[in-house]
Amino acid sequence: MRKLLSFLLVAVAAVFIMTACSQQSEEPAQEETTQETTQEETQEAEASTEPIKIGVAGPHSGDLASYGIPTANAVKLYVDEINSNGGVNGRQIELVVEDDVCKPEVAANTAAKLVSEEVVAVVGHICSGATKAALGMYKDAQIPVMSPSATNPALTKSGDYPNFFRTIAPDDSQARLQVDFALDKLGLKKLAVIHDKGDYGKGLAEFAKSFIEQAEGAEVVLYEGVTPGAVDYSAVVQKVKQSEADGVIFGGYHPEASKIVTVMKKKKLEIPFISDDGVKDETFIKVAGDFAEGVYATGPKDVESNPLSQKAINAHVEKYGEKPGAFYLNGYSAIIAFINAIDVADSTEYDAIVNALTTEYVETPVGNISFDKKGDAIGVGFSVYQVQNGEYVELQ
Amino acid sequence: MEYFIELFLGGLTRGSIYALIALGYTMVYGIIQLINFAHGEIYMIGAFTALIVASVLTILGLNGIAILILAGIIAVIYSAAYGFTMEKIAYRPLRSAPRLSPLISAIGMSIFLQNYVLLAQTSDFLPFPALIPEFGFMEPVSHIVSSAELVIILTTASVMVLLTLFIKYTRMGKAMRATSQDKKMARLIGIDVDKVISLTFIIGSSLAALGGVLIASHIGQINFYIGFIAGIKAFTAAVLGGIGSIPGAVLGALILGWTESFATGYVSSDYEDVFAFSLLVFILIFRPAGILGKSETQKV
Repeated sequence: MRKLLSFLLVAVAAVFIMTACSQQSEEPAQEETTQETTQEETQEAEASTEPIKIGVAGPHSGDLASYGIPTANAVKLYVDEINSNGGVNGRQIELVVEDDVCKPEVAANTAAKLVSEEVVAVVGHICSGATKAALGMYKDAQIPVMSPSATNPALTKSGDYPNFFRTIAPDDSQARLQVDFALDKLGLKKLAVIHDKGDYGKGLAEFAKSFIEQAEGAEVVLYEGVTPGAVDYSAVVQKVKQSEADGVIFGGYHPEASKIVTVMKKKKLEIPFISDDGVKDETFIKVAGDFAEGVYATGPKDVESNPLSQKAINAHVEKYGEKPGAFYLNGYSAIIAFINAIDVADSTEYDAIVNALTTEYVETPVGNISFDKKGDAIGVGFSVYQVQNGEYVELQ
Repeated sequence: MEYFIELFLGGLTRGSIYALIALGYTMVYGIIQLINFAHGEIYMIGAFTALIVASVLTILGLNGIAILILAGIIAVIYSAAYGFTMEKIAYRPLRSAPRLSPLISAIGMSIFLQNYVLLAQTSDFLPFPALIPEFGFMEPVSHIVSSAELVIILTTASVMVLLTLFIKYTRMGKAMRATSQDKKMARLIGIDVDKVISLTFIIGSSLAALGGVLIASHIGQINFYIGFIAGIKAFTAAVLGGIGSIPGAVLGALILGWTESFATGYVSSDYEDVFAFSLLVFILIFRPAGILGKSETQKV
């Protein structure tokens, strides 16, 4: 009797844990519409000839300086070019470069400094944490901010920072691309979404699931996590088969993907397999061999061949004698987008700049981009690749 | 119904692999009451050996079946040598030490072997050639079971039968049974206990290596870490069936394989491990010695 009681207790506890787990993902994405009516000072309505101040923030010293300096260089190079061609709307551009060492507490001070300098826009910050710490201050001061490198989805998705933009794809945009590709290009209707239960894989899979559910005429017929390193995945593949899915979207890394793909092919389950940049890896093709043929995976776009990015890189090599570091092209694109917005809006007012950013497309090293309402760049980021004859080929 | 059969066969395949590894755990425990945590690493070494041998033989241009058999045999011999050596250097000196010491030694051995393979080979996943040839079945059957699964199930079954016959009807098997009952008494009646223990390690390691070769050729990839999870699962299977009992290990492994397969199929693969380990807790509450285990009275 005692044993039975204790067993029942354990069983009840187990059920609670399970239900708790399965409910957590249902939270509605809270969307705060922060549409404060803005009464901009109309002081600069008359054509002023004073220079336009633009802030540049990021780590320029310390152990993360290699992430911040390329962006600062990119902004300087482009602004020099603009200034020597007569500036924007007849005004020169003046840069205010501030170091935030990628530390949130320093970033708040940096932001305060830039706000007091009355900059009209800020390129930066570099790290997601520092960016988040600084954003509130810019928001209060009505200054648009554009990061070349902060990929945390919440920065834009939460809707908390209408003044924030970025020229790098957020972590969830891969899922968007995967779903669009699966539904529009491949014409799939019933999708199985599988992930590896990890932060990265599950995060992507959750986004993919919600995008599919939002889409017309498409449904998620299976949503499950597999255990990384498990001996085999034949049961989950049987389940995909049973669910009559016409495609699989997988979030995770290549070891699991190659096992699943292998079992799928062996079980004669010939449906498209779409995965992420954790799978767009040479090891995947090496390990899965012939079974990898035809697998789709999203991965960062190849922007090096863009003539604008070649021009930007050459300018850096000419001035500094070496190739630029990480996020250089994203930083270059950010300043192009800002200056284009100021030029098109013919104003340095917050509303005008934001409006121009979200309505106008601009040609940049990372592609022909505009920004969506939340601040993510449209047209930036990822491409779909397919394994063809043992290598990844970028699909157009 | 077809779905049920597919899951049943999938669970049977998985269970067969667990059984091959679990036998090593249970035999070693039966003889010297040691949980050999380095056993999963022997399985991994078996798979690596087979990969190396198969690559060399492929270059030499042998045909598929010959490669499978040769790679299997060499992997078994090599892993058996590892098992034998491991017992000699890590467990024999500690045989009269308190029971915790050889256990710690086993964990150390496991970490050592993992890192040794990591350094000697690579941390990457490596492709493993499909040694088991695909022979086409009739149309409805080919969807349900692949030749690799069939080979795994049949190999395991025949190995089980051979092992049972060996233990039941040979002199050495009798000596093993005697040693597991009472080491001191066995020595007194003239059984070479050291030899019996070495043999136990050799047999256990051979079976694990066989499991490694079969599963690697089935799923097509290996790396230095595969032994850890397979080892934990096989250990669970051995405990489930009653550690020390050979039929228990097989039964426990099959039950574990089916539980995982059906939990994935009918509930969700998210809970694969949850169900497997809940089952373990459930069994241990009602039968602390495992399904076929005998509860021993402690000699004081």
